[in-house]
Amino acid sequence: MIAALRCVIVRDLRLAARRSSDVLTVVLFFVIVVSLFPLGIGPEPKLLRTVAPGVLWVAALLASMLALGRVFAADHADGTLEQMMLGATPLGLVVAAKVFAHWLISGLPLVLISPVLALQFDLSQELLGVLALSLALGTPILSLIGAIGAALTLGLRGAGTLLSLLVLPLYVPVLVIGAGAAEAAASGLGGHAQLLLLGAMLIFAGAFAPWAAAAALRISVE
Amino acid sequence: METTLEAVDLRCARGERTLFDGLSFTLKGGELLRIGGPNGSGKTSLLRIACGLLEADRGEVRWGGEDIRRLKEEFWVRLLYIGHANALKDDLTASENLSVACTLAGVVADELQIGEALVRLGLAGRANLPARVLSQGQRRRVALARLALGADAPLWVLDEPFTALDTAAIDCVQGLIGGHVSRGGGVLYTTHYEASIGAAVSRRIDLAGT
Repeated sequence: MIAALRCVIVRDLRLAARRSSDVLTVVLFFVIVVSLFPLGIGPEPKLLRTVAPGVLWVAALLASMLALGRVFAADHADGTLEQMMLGATPLGLVVAAKVFAHWLISGLPLVLISPVLALQFDLSQELLGVLALSLALGTPILSLIGAIGAALTLGLRGAGTLLSLLVLPLYVPVLVIGAGAAEAAASGLGGHAQLLLLGAMLIFAGAFAPWAAAAALRISVE
Repeated sequence: METTLEAVDLRCARGERTLFDGLSFTLKGGELLRIGGPNGSGKTSLLRIACGLLEADRGEVRWGGEDIRRLKEEFWVRLLYIGHANALKDDLTASENLSVACTLAGVVADELQIGEALVRLGLAGRANLPARVLSQGQRRRVALARLALGADAPLWVLDEPFTALDTAAIDCVQGLIGGHVSRGGGVLYTTHYEASIGAAVSRRIDLAGT
């Protein structure tokens, strides 16, 4: 079972490495959106510092949504998904492995470059840490919730639009709490409460979302 | 070990059309069962129901007397299903594809066995080519190479295994199927090709297609 999960993760990473343009699109989108804000708003340090957490979070959210459609689509099209359903490993665990691989490909790079991008907003070092940490806890939640939406809209026409409509309302709490962490830290309150809340949401989503996505996949494939 | 697949009073409708109704069959170990019928008569749907991918509108499929929708993974480890789609990734090589397919199915196969299976299907020297550059027939061969490693699964369900294959490959696949049946495995398959597979018990169900 462990071998099957490792195999799924390694396979998805290998596929991403051989088709790196998909990964780059997401990262470039994130970099471009975040970099455009200081140019558009103007060089007012105080204003930039205020909007920084929100801008980075919104950009990360949109970037991760950009990659969502691909979580299951290719496997569905070529029949691999059917084989996963008929495999020896429970589908929920396979989905969890796929979501984890998806996050490594499309979420982790955003977390890693976020401190560099945040420098454009004149954030203090401590805030950079809080922001990156909130993204590190928050982007996996986005991937997990997004996987349910991707599974539900699998194989539908206009799946992209429907997926955004389905998933966005569920993303809002993550966005509010995630961006709130850095804002609270900036105001001197400390972002611990928000980070703990994000951690709790991550555990909850990690435990339940893969099974919900697996159930949705079984319906989609019928 | 009980290795009987039983379909009881199955009904499947697609939209307004009833594909089949009241269909029952039993497939014991060592038997070969071919599903025939014209295009669109519900052969693939029947196979998908037998695997548990699709829910029948009525009736149930049992493995060793138990409903497969309750057995789930317990049934699926004993099943080798090869559908219409080859389940190959264009960017992975033939041997990587086969290795992933085996691992997902819970079959342990080392690199040597993977290589042997590919050679057996006539893919010697193609193992390290990405699936993207293989022809349709070669891609089908990679998918079917699982049969050479699937001796442990007592039930094979094959959807049109002979499509896109040349005569040499068809002979090879027929040999694999015949070997499996003689080992005591059950094979449920569809084909339009008049296959000649040596089996002690070989039956055929024809779906009418209304």
